[in-house]
Amino acid sequence: MSYLFNTPEQQQQMLQTIGVNSLEALFSTIPSDLRLDRPLDLPPALTEMELQAHFSKLASQNVGPADRVCMLGGGAYDHFVPAAVDEIARRGEFYTAYTPYQAEASQGSLQTFFEFQSLICQLTGMDVSNASLYEGGTCVSEAAFMAMRVTNRHNRVVLLGSLHPEYRQVVETYLKHLNCEVVIVPCKDGSVDPADVDAAMDDQTACLVIQHPNFFGTLEEAAELTEIAHRYGALSVVSYDPISLGILSRPGDYGADIAIAEGQSLGTPLQFGGPYLGLFSCSEKFVRRMPGRLIGQTVDRNGKRCYVLNLQAREQHIRRDKATSNICSNQGLIAIRAAVYLSLLGKQGIREVAELSCQKAHYAADQLSSVEGIELLFPVRPFFKEFAVSCSEGADFLLRKARQAGFDLGPELSRFTFENNPESYQTAVLVAITEQRTREEIDRLVTALKA
Amino acid sequence: MRNKLATQSLFALSQPGRRGAQFPAADVPVKPLEELIPAQALATEPTGLPEVTESDVIRHFVNLSTLNMCVDTHFYPLGSCTMKYNPKRHERLSSLPGIVDLHPYQNQADLQGMLGLLYEMQEMLAEISGLPAVSLQPAAGAQGEFTALLTAKAYFEDKGEKRTKVLFPNSAHGTNPASAAIAGFDCVQLASSKEGLVDLEDLKSHLDDQTAVFMVTNPNTLGLFEKDIKQIAQMVHDVGGLVYIDGANMNAILGYTRPGDFGGDMMHFNVHKTFTGPHGAGGPGSGPIAVRDFLADFLPGPVISHDTSAEEGEAYQLVTPPKSIGRVRSFYGNIGILVRGYCYLRTLGAAGLKAVSENAVLNANYLKALLKDVLPVPNGDLCMHEFVASASKSKAANGITAMDIAKRLLDFGFHAPTVYFPLVVPEAIMVEPTETESKETLDAFAETIVKILQEDPEFIHQAPHSTDVSRPDEVVAARNPILQCCESE
Repeated sequence: MSYLFNTPEQQQQMLQTIGVNSLEALFSTIPSDLRLDRPLDLPPALTEMELQAHFSKLASQNVGPADRVCMLGGGAYDHFVPAAVDEIARRGEFYTAYTPYQAEASQGSLQTFFEFQSLICQLTGMDVSNASLYEGGTCVSEAAFMAMRVTNRHNRVVLLGSLHPEYRQVVETYLKHLNCEVVIVPCKDGSVDPADVDAAMDDQTACLVIQHPNFFGTLEEAAELTEIAHRYGALSVVSYDPISLGILSRPGDYGADIAIAEGQSLGTPLQFGGPYLGLFSCSEKFVRRMPGRLIGQTVDRNGKRCYVLNLQAREQHIRRDKATSNICSNQGLIAIRAAVYLSLLGKQGIREVAELSCQKAHYAADQLSSVEGIELLFPVRPFFKEFAVSCSEGADFLLRKARQAGFDLGPELSRFTFENNPESYQTAVLVAITEQRTREEIDRLVTALKA
Repeated sequence: MRNKLATQSLFALSQPGRRGAQFPAADVPVKPLEELIPAQALATEPTGLPEVTESDVIRHFVNLSTLNMCVDTHFYPLGSCTMKYNPKRHERLSSLPGIVDLHPYQNQADLQGMLGLLYEMQEMLAEISGLPAVSLQPAAGAQGEFTALLTAKAYFEDKGEKRTKVLFPNSAHGTNPASAAIAGFDCVQLASSKEGLVDLEDLKSHLDDQTAVFMVTNPNTLGLFEKDIKQIAQMVHDVGGLVYIDGANMNAILGYTRPGDFGGDMMHFNVHKTFTGPHGAGGPGSGPIAVRDFLADFLPGPVISHDTSAEEGEAYQLVTPPKSIGRVRSFYGNIGILVRGYCYLRTLGAAGLKAVSENAVLNANYLKALLKDVLPVPNGDLCMHEFVASASKSKAANGITAMDIAKRLLDFGFHAPTVYFPLVVPEAIMVEPTETESKETLDAFAETIVKILQEDPEFIHQAPHSTDVSRPDEVVAARNPILQCCESE
C-alpha cells in the first residue's frame, strides 16, 4: 500500500520488540466471535492513475458551470474566487495542521483565525466573532440556543417566514424536541410585515431571527425589526449575506445582538453544498455565552505578543454536558479562505463586488420581466442580488428552456414548503446574479427565453 | 529569520488606496444605488476591512503558515485525533471541474456522477460499519452524535416511549455528553473498571426503562478494545435501550470487526480522521452516521437512493426518509470531505483498509514497548491504535510533567501528543503514531523522550526554547479577552 511505511522485515523486528508472533496476534483482545470472518465487500482498489480516470468519468456525468452559466442561488452563490485564496488554502502547513491546542506549534493558524475574527467584526460591525461554525443553517440554531441562555427564556423563538426554508428546518430539528415553540411569521409579498412580527412577539420570546436580504433576495426592515425584538426583551438575530455588507448597513450598526451568515460566498467554491462556513458574531457582553472556538491575543513568558485558544472553559472538552455547544471540529480551513478573500478585497473590493452584483441583478430582473409570461414575483420589493420570477407556463418550463439555452436558474420555490404557502410560489424560481455574470450572458438568456 | 513585518497584523499593513483584487467595470447600465436600495438600508460608511496588495496578502499568510507544525512537515503523534498522512491526490481530484463547482440546487439529472459517488460512499460506509442505513449529512463527528441521538429519540417516540437518559463512560470524549445535553437528554457518567474498560456493575446499576442510549467509543479512549462489548450491548438491549458507537477510533479495527457485528445500533464516522480528510487546523470535518434497519426511516434527509428502474439520468435521487427527524444542516453534508474519504476507500480497497489497522496497531504497540520503562501505560497489555501513558513517575521523581514533555518535544521537531486526556489517567500522555509513520520515526521519537526525561527539570519547565513563542499566558488571555486586532496596531 502506497501510504504504509514499514517493510515486512521491519514489521518482524517490531513484533519481536512487542513480544508477539504475528500482526493477527495484535488483535487478540477482540474476542474471536466478534471478528469479521471474510474480507470487507468493497470495490477493488485503484491506483492513482486509475482513480483519476474514474474521477474524469464521474465528473463527465455531471453538468457544471463549465457547461452552463450558473444563475442558481438559494444560499449558495457563484462568486469569483481569486487565485491567491486557493494558493494559501492549499499550503500543507494550513490544511494538514491540527486544531491549535499546542499554541507554540500553531501560531500560524492562531494568528490567521484571530485576523479572521477581526475581519468578520469589521465586516459586520459586531464586537466579537468566533472562529467559525459549520454553515449558515446550524448558525441559526446555535444563535437560538445562545439567546435562550442569555435571556433565560427556553420555550419560544420567533422566525421570519422569509428565512431560508432549510435553515428553518434545521432550527425545527434542533429545537422542537426540547419543547421550544418555533413561531414562524408569514411572509407577504416577499417580505415580512413588522406589524405581524410585533403581534407574534411576547415577553417569553428568546429571540427574533431575521434574514436580510431574505431567502427571496429582498430586503427586510432589519433595523425596525431589531427594535421590535428589543422592545420585548428578546435578542435580535440577523442572518446576512456577507457580500451584501459591501453596500448595506451592517448588523452592528442597527443594533443586532447576534449576526450570523453562510460564509461560502467569501472565497469558497460551491462544492455541492459543503463544506461551507458558519459566520457567528455578537455583542461583547455575550462573549462567554458564545458557541464555538475563540482565539485571543496574549503574551508569552518573554512578553512577546502571541495567540491562544481563549475561554476554553465554555467548550465541550472542558465543560462536557454544561458546554455552550457540542462543537469540536469547526470549519478552520474555510475560515482561512474567507480571511484571505476579505484581505484581498479590502474595503474597496467588497464594495465593488456588492455593487456589481446588485447592478447586474437589477439589469437581469428588468430584462427577464420584459419576456412575455415572465414577471417578478415581488415587483415592489427592493432586492440585493437575487430575485424571484414567476412563469405563466410553470417553473419547470422556464428551467428547462433556460437549461436548453445553457443557463441554470433556480431553485424553484415549489421545492420547499413555506408557512402561508401562496399559490403563486408554485410557478416561481429564484435567479441569483453575481459579479461574474455578464451583460452578454443575461441578454443571451433573455433572447433564448423570448424565442 | 523572519523580520518584524512578517508577523505584524494584516491591519497594521493596511495603507489607504492599496488593493489586492480588482473587478471589471460594470457592463450593464449603472443606476444610482439609491434608486435600487432604500436609503435607510444602505451603509453610511465603508467597512473597516484592511487595504493591502495581493503580494502583501501572500507574503503575510505564507509567513504565518511557516509558524505551524503540520502532518506534511512533522510527526504528529496525537492521541484521540488521528493525524495521518493526507494524500495529495485527494486534493487534486476533489477540486476537479465537475466535482468542486456543482451547485446544490442543480437539476438531479445533471448530478448523476456526484450522486452516484455519494451513493457508493453510503454503501461502503454501511459495509465497513455493518450497519445498513447511512446519512452523509452531519458536518462533523459531534454533529453525527447529535443526529444519531435525535434519530434514537424519534424512534422511541414512534414506539410511544419517552426515554430520558444517555449513559457514557467517564473516559468519553467531551462531545458525547455535550451532544446528549443539546439533544435534551439527562447525562449519566459511568465509572471505568481498573482495567480501563466499561465497569459492568456500574453500567448495570444505571440501566433501566429510562435508558435511551449508551454511548461508547470502541476501541475506547485508552486505546483498549472493550472486550465485553457484546455483553454490554445485550445488557442495554435488555432494558430496551440502544447502543451508540463513537467511531473516532475506527482506524484500529477496519476489516477486523464491525460495530454492527459487536452490538452497536448506531455510529458516526470521522471521515477527517479515519479516511484522511485533512484536519484543516480545526476543520472541516465530516461525520456521517450509520444505523440499523429499524432506524433508517428516522434519518435526517435527504439521503441518496438508487432506483435501477428510473428513467435515464434519474437513477440516483435525493430522498427524505418517511419519518425523518428533519434536517441537521442546509444542503447535504460536507461533500468535499466525503469526496476525499471516497478517494481513500477506492485507493485502499478491503485489503488496504485491513492493512491500515494492522500497521496502526503495530506502530502503537511498538512505540508503547519502546517507552514502557520511562512512560508506563497503566492500562492493558496490548493496545489498539493508541495508548495512554502516564508521566506520574517522572513528575514524582523530578517534577517533569506531561505538559513539560509535550512542550519540550516541540524543540526536537515533534508535535506534542495529546496531554491530560482522558481524565481517568493522571498526567496522561496519549499517543497515536498512525500507520503512515516509519519505524525510524518511531525510534527517533522514543529516543527523544528518553533524552528529555534526563534533562534539567528547570530547563524543561521553560520549554519550548526554539519555537517562535513559548508558553503563552492563557490566564491573562481569559481574564481580559482581546479577540480582534486593535486599531492602534
